[in-house]
Amino acid sequence: MAQPHQFCTFYLDKLMFGVELQKVQEVMRHLELTEIPLAPDVVSGLMNLRGQIITAIDLRHRLELPARPDGILPMNVVIRSADGAVSFLVDEIGDVVEVDDESFESPPETLQGKVRQVILGVHKLEKHLMHVLDTDKACEIAERNEPALVEG
Amino acid sequence: MDDLIKEFLVESIENLDRLDSELVKLESDPSSQELLSSIFRTIHTIKGSCGFLGFGKLEKVAHAGESLLSLLRDGKIPLTADLTSGLLSMVDAIRTILSAIQATGQDGKEEYPELVETLNRLQQSGRKPESKILPEQKPPDSSKKRAATARKEDDKSAKLGQVSEAQGKAEEMFSAPQESKDSLGAQGTDDSRVRPVSGKIGGLLVERGLVNAEVLARALKEQLEGDPRRVGEILVSIGSVAQEDLRAALRVQDASRTNSAAADTIRVDVQLLDKLMNLVGELVLTRNQITQFSARQTDPILVSSTQQLNLLTSELQGEVMKTRMQPISNVFDKFPRVVRDVAMSCGKQVQMEMEGKETELDKSLLEAIKDPLTHIVRNSVDHGIEMPDKRVARGKRPEGHLKLRACHEGGQVVIEITDDGAGIDTARIKNKALERGLITPQQATQMSDRELLNLIFLPGFSTAEKVTNLSGRGVGMDVVKTNIDKVNGSVDLQSTLGKGTAIKIKIPLTLAIVRAVIVQTAGRRFAIPQVSIQELVRLDGDRVRTDIEQVHGVPVYRLRGRLLPLVHLHEELKLKREAGGSVEQDASVNIVVLEADDHPFGLVVDEIKDSEEIVVKPLGKRLKGIKVFAGATIMGDGKVALILDVVGLAQSARILSGARDRALTEKVDESLEKEAAKQSFLLFAGPDDSRMALPLATLARLEEFPISQVEESGNEWVVQYRGQILPLIRLDRVLEERRLRVRIAQGMAEPNAGPLQVLVCNDEGHTLGLVVERILDIVEDRANVKSPASRAGVQYAVVINDRVTELLDISAIKRMSKEIRSAPIEHVEVST
Repeated sequence: MAQPHQFCTFYLDKLMFGVELQKVQEVMRHLELTEIPLAPDVVSGLMNLRGQIITAIDLRHRLELPARPDGILPMNVVIRSADGAVSFLVDEIGDVVEVDDESFESPPETLQGKVRQVILGVHKLEKHLMHVLDTDKACEIAERNEPALVEG
Repeated sequence: MDDLIKEFLVESIENLDRLDSELVKLESDPSSQELLSSIFRTIHTIKGSCGFLGFGKLEKVAHAGESLLSLLRDGKIPLTADLTSGLLSMVDAIRTILSAIQATGQDGKEEYPELVETLNRLQQSGRKPESKILPEQKPPDSSKKRAATARKEDDKSAKLGQVSEAQGKAEEMFSAPQESKDSLGAQGTDDSRVRPVSGKIGGLLVERGLVNAEVLARALKEQLEGDPRRVGEILVSIGSVAQEDLRAALRVQDASRTNSAAADTIRVDVQLLDKLMNLVGELVLTRNQITQFSARQTDPILVSSTQQLNLLTSELQGEVMKTRMQPISNVFDKFPRVVRDVAMSCGKQVQMEMEGKETELDKSLLEAIKDPLTHIVRNSVDHGIEMPDKRVARGKRPEGHLKLRACHEGGQVVIEITDDGAGIDTARIKNKALERGLITPQQATQMSDRELLNLIFLPGFSTAEKVTNLSGRGVGMDVVKTNIDKVNGSVDLQSTLGKGTAIKIKIPLTLAIVRAVIVQTAGRRFAIPQVSIQELVRLDGDRVRTDIEQVHGVPVYRLRGRLLPLVHLHEELKLKREAGGSVEQDASVNIVVLEADDHPFGLVVDEIKDSEEIVVKPLGKRLKGIKVFAGATIMGDGKVALILDVVGLAQSARILSGARDRALTEKVDESLEKEAAKQSFLLFAGPDDSRMALPLATLARLEEFPISQVEESGNEWVVQYRGQILPLIRLDRVLEERRLRVRIAQGMAEPNAGPLQVLVCNDEGHTLGLVVERILDIVEDRANVKSPASRAGVQYAVVINDRVTELLDISAIKRMSKEIRSAPIEHVEVST
């Protein structure tokens, strides 16, 4: 069955990622961040989104990609999550793409480690592979880091 | 769910809560027709509505209750404890069914045959053969005759019918007690239109036997014929009612009207209120931004409209806060039932008193304190108040007394729960603590009673000899404390063995918007809630190096002779300071003196900025694990700042240990150093070197003013202080009249050449400075040896640090200073 899905795409370290469109609240240019001391490295800080305080997650760090080079200001993909909105910091925002189920494929067995929990699979687009993110899992990491935090 | 059902649920649940307290009240006042009819009406409404909505099971239960109540109302059966219990369990059953309806839309499977059976049996058993109407319910003498006359009057005027009809409407809200129907209903249908109606003043007067129906009918007629006066006034003018009686009746009428004030209120979804509150929070932030911006502008229109915006926002904030405020009676009203149930189950007699039920606080806080309070109340009845025979043996009344009191006090809500029960045996606590290895024998001998009492707030600490199904399972007071701590509140317990126990809970009015001091460290701003700040200390120049000392490498500061452990904020947060180097090399050091769970410590920050109102926003669940932050807020410039959690910070800095059991030993260690501390006093020398004191809590700051800074305004000494004019009150002038006279004769000579020592205090919102001779010390003392004051302006003399000290009464001194000011010339004349 061919079911079209809409994805909001963005780039991290030249890789293309996508999250389901209905999970995305909005995309924003760079906003100033307030760092949270003692917070896990994945959490970049807090930002003021029109009076709402939102946690920003460094998606490069979350996906174990190399750190963003200095001088590049990250953009925000604001996601609706069970515990309020969360912003993913990404390098660049792409288009909204429509894909069918048929182009989907699970991640190869050789993809190991923590990242595997976050990447549901890929959609094979014409020129790229679009990594499909599990947004809930991507937000979750900070929670699992908690016990370490209490000690710190 | 159907809107109709939803409305029915909301209304019924609200009514049931009222029913609980009304039933308990009825037990102490079984003849109250008002209570009975209100209870009857509630059940009747529920029965009626569920018949209409098709909840058969609910209807059956309510019907059984209604029949029982109608017998009760008609005085056919007397009210017994059994009967009340039966009715209360009916209320419980209805509540269960209602929650089933709420969850599933159906009235559940439970049929409650036993309950219905009990209720029916109670109807039979309660009916006494000689059952008669209670004396109070006897109709007023000769009312039949009066009503008969009234009928004649009625015949004369057709218009009168309209009046009665209007009165009849009021009856829907206030159902007439049975007797008036009995006595007056007998005259046939016509009479029902003229009979006095309870809700109306005339009806009330007739019910109270103050006026007869005939006279009332005449008065009503007069009114119809164009007399503009009110019925009551007409009755007074024709001399049939005394003015006082009318006033009393009007009061009763008012009271019943307020009960039916439904027309003036609307139901609003709590979510909507929350959203409004959030929006107002945003508005406050935007206001702060604009205020900051306009402070740099010169445009007069912008400046004045900003001021206007400022005022309006504050007002709006206040009003919206009010919408979330609920009287504490919402929680308190549940307690008579709780107390009754617990007392019944353990065979005790408890009389309950509640004060300050109208005290309002934020809805979310109300929710937060509900469980802890219920727990304390249960505990008091279960463990505190003794069995009746024991009480008598101890020379007390068999009936225990439990008092709940709520009031506002300095921006906080104070709730006190006092019982006159057995009190808490500190010896038993001590033994228990030793037995469980919570304290060492050596510690035990050195702990004060108050410290021993506070051990009950530790987890797993219960001294109840027997475990009841209600309390005494070892979970308890620690949960109470944790819950109250969560909302930034505090619990204090005092108890005298054999006399009773008093628990005092203090909680803030609201959590959403708080006053905070903004500090900066390593280039980042943090907010510290003002409630936890004791004072701010700044060390300049050489003092940076001399005043910060080390105890085995740990920095401390001597604050008035006591060592204050210092915590560097940047180290705690693992931040790098931009300036580099250690604090000791700085030109100045800012210390914020904080207190967490009675442990003072100094937080060293780079800079102390403003104090401002901040809107507390929670950190998401993801960041809850970081205990040093209580939340975040948006500053005037739109950036986010984190709010420090003082207790969390103290824990992470090891001022307080994170684990509760370790907290105990540290607490005990600490307590060995600290003496039986109770209250902090500032000691100072008054006129003639007399030793005086003021509770530290009443003081805002201590200042020194060179005499040259003092100006005179009228007859008053003032100084310019933080952009305000601070009036100075000279203690020597107020307290010591003889010296004063001499001094004034000498022409306002200064008391001594050096700078003035001034205690800045806040009294009822006014700031004033108290000029004293010399500041001596700050001490902590129980100060429980008291003797009455020997002169005006002194509350009483107390023993502090083994010396007799006069405790000043600021309000009295303020008054006295005003008196002196208004008549200074006379003193001069007398003296010279």
